Amino acid sequence: MADKVLMKGNEAIAEAAIHAGCRHYFGYPITPQTEVAAYMAKVMPKIGGTFLQAESEIAAINMVYGVASCGLRVMTSSSSPGISLKGEGLSYLAGSDLPALVVNVQRGGPGLGGIQPSQSDYFQATRGGGHGDYHMIVLAPSSVQEMAELTVKGFELADKYRMTAMILADGTMGQMMEPVSLDFELEPVPEKPWATTGTKMAREHNIVNSLYLKPDELEKGNFDRYERYKIVEANETRYEEYLTNDADIVIAAFGIAARVSRNAVNEARRLGIKVGMIRPITLWPFPKAPFEKAAEHAKAFISVELSMGQMIEDVELATKCRVPVSLCNRAGGMIPSPAQVLDCIKKIANGGNN
Amino acid sequence: MSTKQFLLSGFGGQGILFAGKLLAYKGLNAGKNVSWLPSYGPEMRGGTASCSVIISDEPVGSPIVSEPDILVAMNLPSLDRFESSVVPGGIIFADSTLIERKVQRTDVTTYYVPATKLASDNKTPTLANMILMGKILKVLGDFDDDSVTAALSKVISAKHADMLEVNKKAMQLGADYE
Repeated sequence: MADKVLMKGNEAIAEAAIHAGCRHYFGYPITPQTEVAAYMAKVMPKIGGTFLQAESEIAAINMVYGVASCGLRVMTSSSSPGISLKGEGLSYLAGSDLPALVVNVQRGGPGLGGIQPSQSDYFQATRGGGHGDYHMIVLAPSSVQEMAELTVKGFELADKYRMTAMILADGTMGQMMEPVSLDFELEPVPEKPWATTGTKMAREHNIVNSLYLKPDELEKGNFDRYERYKIVEANETRYEEYLTNDADIVIAAFGIAARVSRNAVNEARRLGIKVGMIRPITLWPFPKAPFEKAAEHAKAFISVELSMGQMIEDVELATKCRVPVSLCNRAGGMIPSPAQVLDCIKKIANGGNN
Repeated sequence: MSTKQFLLSGFGGQGILFAGKLLAYKGLNAGKNVSWLPSYGPEMRGGTASCSVIISDEPVGSPIVSEPDILVAMNLPSLDRFESSVVPGGIIFADSTLIERKVQRTDVTTYYVPATKLASDNKTPTLANMILMGKILKVLGDFDDDSVTAALSKVISAKHADMLEVNKKAMQLGADYE
């Protein structure tokens, strides 16, 4: 195995994207994801790639649309307010069935908010982010190694299903350094016969478009897309379970919240409380199965989030509200401490509600 | 199981983040799990910069150090802010050139190193951080030439390779300080 190096999460995303064959990056600076763009600015010119600081987030996402139409791996990155600006472009990418990678290193909101870590774009990400019926594949890394691995996986899934994949990280994940190895295999890039690569007078024109004025055609596009989403749900759901087998209390947490919760779970176990954790790695598709299974023996769920409670709704849907789900949270750029999560666990263990 | 949680804090520009990276690489080279998390934001310019480093035999959970085993305070605001958060039995390293008061806690071990003065006496005024690092590694029983050189060569970029020796010298100065 190659030597591990210390990298910031944001740098790991950039390096992994290059590793995955991405040679086109368009962005606009915003804390706390600027290192992605900085890394691309440094490396892309040396390897014949494109780094372009666009005039705005909206311009950047539409440049992504252009390169994606040509069938090439392309990405943009931003943080929460910038992702809102990209919302229109995300919808157009979906309407045109284009593969692309979009990174959101979340910060506190709403509005311009602050620059500290947050998970409050969960609804926006898992429900598509723009107008119309569509989904993105949403990947939630919980370590710098996963920032790298899921970036590569994001490109692969995007190509495979002609969808946008989003890395939904947060300021902590972007700024922290951990050992990372980029020594992993790539899947072959699928053929893209739909790409606008020039007909060379040898085939019909390929047209990439999201405008369908005939409603029956537009409806068919929607139904076809949702058939594809079913396959994604069946094949691409990812999660990690930690000590859930005998758990009376099950924590749901992703990203940095899962890191904090892991400390609390370990401490609670030392105190004899049977608690475990399900960590969704794909937020869409949401890993319903482990929650359904855990609901058979667990007495309570706790959703630990850096938001006012967004994923909690998916936990309630997955468990069909058979078991009470409570919220343990901070918001606006604050991060719950392991002690806070432990208190939430203790309260539930003692028969109370949070 | 052994886990060491470090919190390093000082003015922006004192090399807090760099010192943290050295610790992290030293842990990584020794086969440990490590994490390094900076404070980031508007407070970085001229204000307080801090950095959480965790070195552990176990996978690192939360990378945020709120109760450090080891606090490195390079200025008074840092000591004022974090003194009470150190775990009982923990260690505080203070730059006594910039921190005139004594540590109030009686349940921690404190080492006062006039790192800023030593650095300027040594004509390396920017290396107070490395002098402290030398002392810290010495106290932790982790100061040896090979591992220090290996870690330094990771954190000092190839472009600045000529800085390796002065950094090592500064660390030796700290390690030798009684």
